[in-house]
Amino acid sequence: MADFNILIVEDSPTMRQLISFALKRIRGVRIVEAGDGVDGLKKISAEKFDMIFTDINMPVMDGLKLISLVREDATHKGIPIVVITTEGAQEDRQRALALGADDYITKPIQPNRILEVAKQLLKIV
Amino acid sequence: MIEEESGYRGKAEEFLQAFKKGAEFTHDLLRENERLRYRVLELENSMGSMAGTGGDQSQALINRIKELEQEKQDILDRIRKVEDENEDFANRYVEIEAENNNLANLYIASYQLHSTLDFKEVLQIIMEIVINLIGAEEFSLMLLDEKTGDLRAVACEGLDREDIPPIKLGSGLIGQALQSGESYFAEDIETYQRDILSPMVCVPLKIKDHVIGVLAIYKLLIQKEKFAQVDYELFTLLAGHAATAIFGARLYSDSERRLSTIQGFIDLLTK
Repeated sequence: MADFNILIVEDSPTMRQLISFALKRIRGVRIVEAGDGVDGLKKISAEKFDMIFTDINMPVMDGLKLISLVREDATHKGIPIVVITTEGAQEDRQRALALGADDYITKPIQPNRILEVAKQLLKIV
Repeated sequence: MIEEESGYRGKAEEFLQAFKKGAEFTHDLLRENERLRYRVLELENSMGSMAGTGGDQSQALINRIKELEQEKQDILDRIRKVEDENEDFANRYVEIEAENNNLANLYIASYQLHSTLDFKEVLQIIMEIVINLIGAEEFSLMLLDEKTGDLRAVACEGLDREDIPPIKLGSGLIGQALQSGESYFAEDIETYQRDILSPMVCVPLKIKDHVIGVLAIYKLLIQKEKFAQVDYELFTLLAGHAATAIFGARLYSDSERRLSTIQGFIDLLTK
């Protein structure tokens, strides 16, 4: 049984692996990956997650839609959500935060930043 | 006369008695004096020895204080040394952490590049690495057209492919990178002005000495002010691994195509 269940919703396998690599430094973490918003929603409905990392621009269903659907769902609305954006995409970031995202990380991804955000939201000292 | 004589005798006797008593008293006084003088001497000796003991104790205490001061100084020196060592360890930890992150990035890039034999997927992975790991916003991936000998853009980010003309061997920075097989990095990234023919970075994609293409970068993401050491390592990795991944994917798709053609002929002949 994992201490922390984290879902990464990202269409780029490189990014998924990069985020997963950084998060695996947290003791007792279990990573689940999804390639788009719909896949992410399916996984959220199938099991309980302690945190979600999501990209914004994805095929099928983007990250903004995913955030709004999670926040509307009474069962999952409390899950901390972190969006992955580019520094230039300020509008997307603002929209994501307005929809209920808790924090964001920008590309190029820094593993230390991922770890810092995850530990902060998971309340790991 | 006799009475007078006995009177004298009585007085002499009295005088003798008194004298004897006086002598005894004097003796007593002398003894008492002797005793007191002895006592005074004893007390003086006693006081003298007491004064000596106090001095030794004080000296011993002073010596002990000096020893403790020295001990304290030694401990402070050791604490300072341990603090310096701790600082060294902290710095080393940060360095190792950074090195670990860099290695993770290189591992992921290498792993992803060789995770597929699909040509389009390989191109997509190269794009992702350049965007997500290096932090480029505008760049093009150009491959050598074996028939014409020109470099042609096969994938772009932040640019239109139509805006990138075919580049001839030795022409401009890109053509020179193709010819020499050497990477080029603009000296000052901050003042670089975009020029399609003169990118800020040219990385030739090589299999041994054979160059099959060039990665040209024109603009970095806004938060990326300069290249880090890991970026140069990623460029080196891309130069080799991206080239072999592209070459392998092309060979695989060619062989697949040929196989399907041969299979078609066989089917025609056997029907």
